[in-house]
Amino acid sequence: MKRRTFTTLTTGLTLAACLMGTSAMAQDKTRIALVVKALGIGFFEAANKGAQEAATELGDVEIIYTGPTDTTAEGQIEVINSLIAQQVDAIAISANDRDAVAPALKKAMDRGITVISWDSGVAPEGRQMHLNPSSNPLIGNMIIKLAADNLPDGGDVAVLSASATATNQNTWIEEMNKVLPNYPGINVVATVYGDDLADKSYREAQGLMQSYPDLKAIIAPTSVGIVAAAQAVEDAGKVGQINVTGLGLPSEMAGAVESGASKSFAIWNPIDLGYSATMIAYHLAKGDATAEPGAAIPMGRMGSVTLDDNNEGAMADPFVYDASNIEAFKSIF
Amino acid sequence: MIKRLATTREAMLLAAIVVLIALISTRFGDFATPRNLANVFNDTAPLILLAIGQMIVILTKCIDLSVAATLALTGMVVAMLNTAAPGVPVAVILLIAVALGAALGAVNGFFVWKLSIPPIVVTLGTMTIFRGIIFLISDGAWVNAHEMSAAFKGFPRHVILGLPMLGWIAILAVVLFHVVTTRTPLGRAFFAVGGNPHASVYTGIDVGRTQFWAYVISGALAGLTGYLWVARYAVAYVDIAGGFELDVVAACVIGGVSIAGGSGSVIGALLGALFLGVIKNALPVINISPFWQLAISGSAIIIAIALNARASRVKGRVILKRAEHAA
Repeated sequence: MKRRTFTTLTTGLTLAACLMGTSAMAQDKTRIALVVKALGIGFFEAANKGAQEAATELGDVEIIYTGPTDTTAEGQIEVINSLIAQQVDAIAISANDRDAVAPALKKAMDRGITVISWDSGVAPEGRQMHLNPSSNPLIGNMIIKLAADNLPDGGDVAVLSASATATNQNTWIEEMNKVLPNYPGINVVATVYGDDLADKSYREAQGLMQSYPDLKAIIAPTSVGIVAAAQAVEDAGKVGQINVTGLGLPSEMAGAVESGASKSFAIWNPIDLGYSATMIAYHLAKGDATAEPGAAIPMGRMGSVTLDDNNEGAMADPFVYDASNIEAFKSIF
Repeated sequence: MIKRLATTREAMLLAAIVVLIALISTRFGDFATPRNLANVFNDTAPLILLAIGQMIVILTKCIDLSVAATLALTGMVVAMLNTAAPGVPVAVILLIAVALGAALGAVNGFFVWKLSIPPIVVTLGTMTIFRGIIFLISDGAWVNAHEMSAAFKGFPRHVILGLPMLGWIAILAVVLFHVVTTRTPLGRAFFAVGGNPHASVYTGIDVGRTQFWAYVISGALAGLTGYLWVARYAVAYVDIAGGFELDVVAACVIGGVSIAGGSGSVIGALLGALFLGVIKNALPVINISPFWQLAISGSAIIIAIALNARASRVKGRVILKRAEHAA
């Protein structure tokens, strides 16, 4: 009995000491944990770069860049538990599984830790808000804008999509058609489907060039399609005549930009994403913003994000990559 | 003689292809230009190469479902090799591709020959294993156009007499394997093993060994195509040529290769592949809803096979009658 009291006492003391220690540290800096799907992925390393930029700008922030070594929900749960034990101020996570990590994150929120998700979301009960890299209307507008920007006199453009039933592709194309009247002179003459197969996409692109001799641009909002279309244009000797654009990854599109088959294309910028997530986490943790439907949360140089009914928000337009910045980004992701 | 030639499966298929091209031309006038037809042939070259290998395997009463996976694995290996050592000449790359493909084919052949596992099970297994290996060696990452050397990408595009190298390789393979299947002991053995395995044992043909060599040839052709494919589309990733094995089998069946073994020809496989190739290249230009495209490809295959089945049944009866008369 006596011994037990003693043990409890010492445990209590140690705990108190720990608490005092961490609270002393916390007073110095706001500690924000950037939890990624797995360490060693270029995309997330770039997001960390953005987070560090935000930390430098804010001054009193310490970034803990962490994640499992492979892309599993179990690994992330372990990481989250250890972050709860360290009593960080905020967790910004790109989740491997939207539901599996939610209970651990809920536990974190119960301990007063600010939790947001970015890039790959968490179920609403496991986070305060989610930051999407972009939104369907922004993407739809961007892909037609990329084509129109290089066509001052207008002209025929065609869309090369993935499969005819791909929800995300169809939504983007629908959004694109909504804003089409804003780009006078641009005619969308056809939408074809490459099924995200390199050979079929290549053939469809060839077909477009044959069917529409006056074609000025091919818009491919899919990473397989855009690469295949660029190759088809290059092989047909129509570089300079037909511009291939849409959504793609810098590492995959570097060759097409180099050859001139693609003047520019877009995808989210991981640096901006890490930066914005850190800014949001900071403001929520400090209490100078709240995550509720309709709220606008500042994101430093990226402006501010407005939350919808699910507490989700879109960061910005997709980021445009061209000959001027492809070299820097092709090794990142 | 002429009448017999005109009623052969190959002649009928050739006629069907001509009719098909004529029909397409009514909707898209430029389709039948020599330049476009050369393009179509060039585009179909990978299918022709794989169909020849598959035809030989099917002749021996086997099937090779791992061709597309062999293609993808070889393609990834040579693409990664090219990235790591851009100086390696294309001739060496070609050799490595053929050797690696043959080795992968030998794995299939070994299981069929020595362990007597049903071919469809073996190749279904290796198909998944080969795709898994690509994932392992590449970590799921792509090899992209800018990482490949110009010579590596340029070889299949090099144009000789209006036709790119890719097309010429398919023509070479057709000639080579036409001679092999019709003029060599091994070629005759393929037919014998598939036509009547028991009888061929009595004539001194090792059934298992013959099937093994059929798989090696199929693998080697798939390996070669792997390099050509990756170089042509200038990209290598886990899923390249996904589902392509079905096109290859379809090309063989359309070409009159009997799934039961023992009957078929290189020319048949070539025409079967061209038939599919023409359809694949025509669909994008004749402006048909994508929802219809799959149904149209499928119907064309079934119609072709139905015609073939009729042709082969009549042919069989004639042979039997002759045999009865002789007796």
